[in-house]
Amino acid sequence: MVKDQEFLETKASYCLGLAKKLGATDSSVIVKNSISETVNFRNKKLDESNRSDDLGLSITTYIGKKKSSISSSNLLNDNLNILIEKCIETTKNTPEDEFNSLPDRDLFAKEVKDLNLYDETHIENNQKIDYLKKLEAAASNDKKIVNTESSFTQNKSNFVLANSEGFCDGYKTSSFTASSVTVAKDEKSMERDYEYSSKCFLKDLDDADELGNLAANQTIRKLSPKKIGSEKIAIIFDKRIAKGVLSTFASAISSSAISRGTSFLKDKVNQKIFSDKINVFDKPDMLKGLGSRNFDSEGVKTDTLKLVDQGILKHYLIDTYNGKKLNLKSNGRCGGTSNLYFENGNISFKDLLNSNSKSLYITETIGHGSNIVTGDYSVGATGFLIENGEFKYPINEITIAGNFKDMFQNITLADDLEFKYATNSPTMLIEGMVVAGK
Amino acid sequence: MSNFFEKSDVSRKEAESIISDTLQKCDDGELYLENSKSESILLDDNKIKNSSYNSDLGFGFRAISDEVVAYSHSNEISKNSLKQSSENLKSTLKSVKGTYNHEIPKSNKKYYDNINPIEQKSLNEKIKILNDVNDYLRSKGDKVKQVTANFLGEQKSVEIIRSGGETLSDVRPLVRFNVSVMVEKDGRKETGVYGVGGRQSYDSYLKDENWKSVCDEALRIASVNLESKPAPAGEMKVVLGPGWPAILIHEAVGHGLEGDFNRKKTSAFHNLMGQKVASEGVTIIDDGTIDNRRGSLTIDDEGTPTEKTVLIENGILKNFMQDRLNARLMKTRSTGSGRRENYRHIVLPRMRNTMMLSGKQTQEEMIKAVDKGIFAVSFGGGQVDITSGKFVFNCTEAYEIVNGKIGSPIKGATLIGDGPSILKEVSMVGNDMMMDPGIGTCGKAGQGVPVGVAQPSILINKMTVGGTKL
Repeated sequence: MVKDQEFLETKASYCLGLAKKLGATDSSVIVKNSISETVNFRNKKLDESNRSDDLGLSITTYIGKKKSSISSSNLLNDNLNILIEKCIETTKNTPEDEFNSLPDRDLFAKEVKDLNLYDETHIENNQKIDYLKKLEAAASNDKKIVNTESSFTQNKSNFVLANSEGFCDGYKTSSFTASSVTVAKDEKSMERDYEYSSKCFLKDLDDADELGNLAANQTIRKLSPKKIGSEKIAIIFDKRIAKGVLSTFASAISSSAISRGTSFLKDKVNQKIFSDKINVFDKPDMLKGLGSRNFDSEGVKTDTLKLVDQGILKHYLIDTYNGKKLNLKSNGRCGGTSNLYFENGNISFKDLLNSNSKSLYITETIGHGSNIVTGDYSVGATGFLIENGEFKYPINEITIAGNFKDMFQNITLADDLEFKYATNSPTMLIEGMVVAGK
Repeated sequence: MSNFFEKSDVSRKEAESIISDTLQKCDDGELYLENSKSESILLDDNKIKNSSYNSDLGFGFRAISDEVVAYSHSNEISKNSLKQSSENLKSTLKSVKGTYNHEIPKSNKKYYDNINPIEQKSLNEKIKILNDVNDYLRSKGDKVKQVTANFLGEQKSVEIIRSGGETLSDVRPLVRFNVSVMVEKDGRKETGVYGVGGRQSYDSYLKDENWKSVCDEALRIASVNLESKPAPAGEMKVVLGPGWPAILIHEAVGHGLEGDFNRKKTSAFHNLMGQKVASEGVTIIDDGTIDNRRGSLTIDDEGTPTEKTVLIENGILKNFMQDRLNARLMKTRSTGSGRRENYRHIVLPRMRNTMMLSGKQTQEEMIKAVDKGIFAVSFGGGQVDITSGKFVFNCTEAYEIVNGKIGSPIKGATLIGDGPSILKEVSMVGNDMMMDPGIGTCGKAGQGVPVGVAQPSILINKMTVGGTKL
């Protein structure tokens, strides 16, 4: 069982009390417990079981405008005494920074809604094994599949965030995650792909057969890939890749990148950065949402933000420190976005495939090729050649490149949005990118 | 040395008996205890942004029967918690009938000193250097718009208790010093990053104002990039500079030669042992025994002393990198490559310092041999799909080569290649092998571990460059 609220609050208030006694003018603390139980299968047999019980806290102390922090997994009071003393010592020796402070009092979350983020259900390892047996049977049905690795994880977490302004709150969350990675082989090639499902509630998890079948099919269709020539071509990002474009967007509008001047979207608020029809939302209060939260990691209330309205950038993602620096109020995005998504476009997936006589459908990218300072983008990619709306053959060992400033202006979205991750996008078409191949 | 049982309600004797009882019919397993202390001090945007300290304590209890691994970890070293973990392991491994393998090689060699780098330099000294870095770089002209510099220091004490009470321990220091600088000219912004580090005190890297050379290098890379033009797109010849570009070796062949992927036959290399996988003259080793290097280890995280493992010798595939589990299942021996990020994670076979050894040619000869291609000097990160063998890495400093001469700098681009065939495309191996500056972290299955790489300059006949210029 994860530690209850009372245990976490007791530890939190012990830390705040001690920090104050030792001379902190302000302090904040987060205490968290997380218990995960995982079972892994490989080729239809049990491969690994893993239980992890993580308890930890981190405390930030302020003396005027000086600040320092410590974290520890050893919560015995003896150890906390030593660490908090060290933290105060370090704080005293750290130079002042005029923007260091706790959030403004009127911004703290006042009511904590039940967002349906915790499922009491406990799934025993033998039930996980039953699910994985079914999943692996489906995944290895086809003879071309030569290796399967599947995994089932239950996670239960609880936390308390407290600070010297009197904020003290937290709540439990749960997640149930199943995944399957399959390897397929033919005379010419060996390929790998995967499928995955993660939900707050066990009963919402995808069916094991369905997950296994999807993983296998997605892998088999990649066999015997070809390399194509270098050219300028329309790119269609599968949903699992399209969401990465949103993640880059989110990094580029974080108040820290903006205040440091290291983002290609600096000073772009109220300017048109996407094509006309694009709307982007960040909605923290989605029931059972994988990114849902009641407040950010500083305790600041989080409202839904329409970050992009008809292509126009409306907000940065602001925390207290960088907000003060930019002379803006925190909008509760310390720690990043919550449930971030592109609103649906008004064209079907099929029509999107048909919108060019020839395009590339990308299902996987590798490499860290997004530069948020310049907006340059260049990654390795795997996918399929699409001709006249039909999947022709698999493609690999190519790169795709462009610059986000141009890419954003050339996005068309399909109408197939689903909430599978915390960050989600419909299938995405981008015109005018460059593919490098042969 | 940490005494893990000093403040616990469980004595060492009691712990040993729980371990032996849990592992008696298993093939392998151990209790891994870890106590780490780490610090991070960050200067950014003209200010000390962050000074933080972390203290982490915990254990990971592992039992292995045949191919099945049961693992349980906790950060509470207590009788209750050990017993709960033991029950958890037993419930996974219901009908074990193995024989515990007590054999573990011994060595007295040590590759770094038992020091705590965090305590060897006061906070004020570290803050002073960071401020000096900031002033130094900003004095280099108006184009410097942003400076970030940080110290990362760690001391990790580990103890491995095996069935029967055999105990192995290690104390590992690790430091890193990084500088990142952003420059702007005519509205165009570019960054340059450089760092140094390893398993020694901060002063071993920073004495005599050596931090200035780190700053100079970061600024040089950023300034070069200000002048860069769009990179070409398509297949062409590539000359790689010595040192850090060896992450090509790490991605292209290193991961594919890790024991687990080959036992599971998911690596593109699994059926190539003894075969020619690289051009003649290409020799690649993975070495955990170089003094004070970032990827070096006295013992690995299963207690096996590390070694210098020959992976590819003169083009022929000789060895995979093994931990105990995969070695046993593949009927070979551990190469001391069993590593984990920390006690929260299971052991996996991992790289240490992966190096391509020097050949005979000069870099000059390589450049001369290229009509149209690129010269890549520095890289950001890389990644590999070990099953298809395709790998990428991102250039952070590169130049075009035209008619045997180095031309203008080109923008950061991703290079993509095929692991099992790329080393056959190596047509020249330089005489200038160099280690990287000590900044690499390798990620696998969600676990990051410090690693090193080294190589001489090499000429690759054909690679795809992911630029935008057709």
